[in-house]
Amino acid sequence: MAEGPLVGLVLVSHSSPVAESVAGLAVALAGVDTVTVEPAGGTADGGYGTDADRIVAAVRAADRGAGVGLLVDLGSAVLTVKSLVEDEELPANARLLDAPFVEGAVAAVVTASTGADLDAVEAAAQEAYGYRKV
Amino acid sequence: MRHVLDAEFFRRWMLTAAAAVDREADRLTELDSAIGDADHGANLKRGFTAVRAALEDAPPETPGAVLVLAGRQLISKVGGASGPLYGTLLRGTGKALGDGAEVTDAALGAALEEGVGAVAKLGGAAPGDKTMLDALVPAVAALGDGYAAARGAAEKGAEDTIPLRARKGRASYLGERSIGHQDPGATSSALLVGALAETAEAVTGG
Repeated sequence: MAEGPLVGLVLVSHSSPVAESVAGLAVALAGVDTVTVEPAGGTADGGYGTDADRIVAAVRAADRGAGVGLLVDLGSAVLTVKSLVEDEELPANARLLDAPFVEGAVAAVVTASTGADLDAVEAAAQEAYGYRKV
Repeated sequence: MRHVLDAEFFRRWMLTAAAAVDREADRLTELDSAIGDADHGANLKRGFTAVRAALEDAPPETPGAVLVLAGRQLISKVGGASGPLYGTLLRGTGKALGDGAEVTDAALGAALEEGVGAVAKLGGAAPGDKTMLDALVPAVAALGDGYAAARGAAEKGAEDTIPLRARKGRASYLGERSIGHQDPGATSSALLVGALAETAEAVTGG
């Protein structure tokens, strides 16, 4: 149904395998391969942590012209993305999504695949907080 | 105390801070192993090594540009939460200094206040939460009495985090068990303020 470019997503985790796995999981559960999901996990030397340069590169790679949503795990991942947004080091159409990492990623990929805009993708990711497990 | 501070002063401050981080890295990591993930010393060392290299590579011509460049290096190279926090502190301060070739003590004090405000906003923390702010806020408040007074206030602020319960970051998950340990971030903040005082003493006699 989507005609124009789709919203892209970037997954920022302290761990490179976590970012890659959640990207794979979200795409698999969404059942689509049309949405660009870029993992940005770990540090440049392969350790646990956050790499600002890697995040900036991932956002550029995920940008198809319809905006980019970033999902983050915790701590320095949150603060690094916030400071990059604050200092305008990311494209103007890139936005930190306030959402749980795994559930938010699945909701965001599914929503993005329908051609929804960044506001709708953000709302869907955020709604994932409302799903209680107990 | 009245100085006119140029880019060279700020470059020396950053290099002095880098040397202090090198010297104290093991202690910072030891403090961080008690309530954090034992990487604060190594992370800051990596960050300030990049700051040193960037400043030697292409020394900026204004005080503001020195701090903005240093802040950018910390955001990009540290790898932990202290990267964006210290990066925001230095960049926020640097931007507030504007693009003049020289600044006054009063202008630096006002700019640091803005930088510390930006850190508080980014991390959502307040004094008493057992964070960097517990050293930085009293240091900025004491700056009117001179750089040595600011250093004293920062060091006391860092020591005063020992009985506090952490309310931000990984240490906050420890709850009561975070009590009794000095906060690594407040300790490294005191090093940064100490490096400023040391630079003022070396360059201008205090």
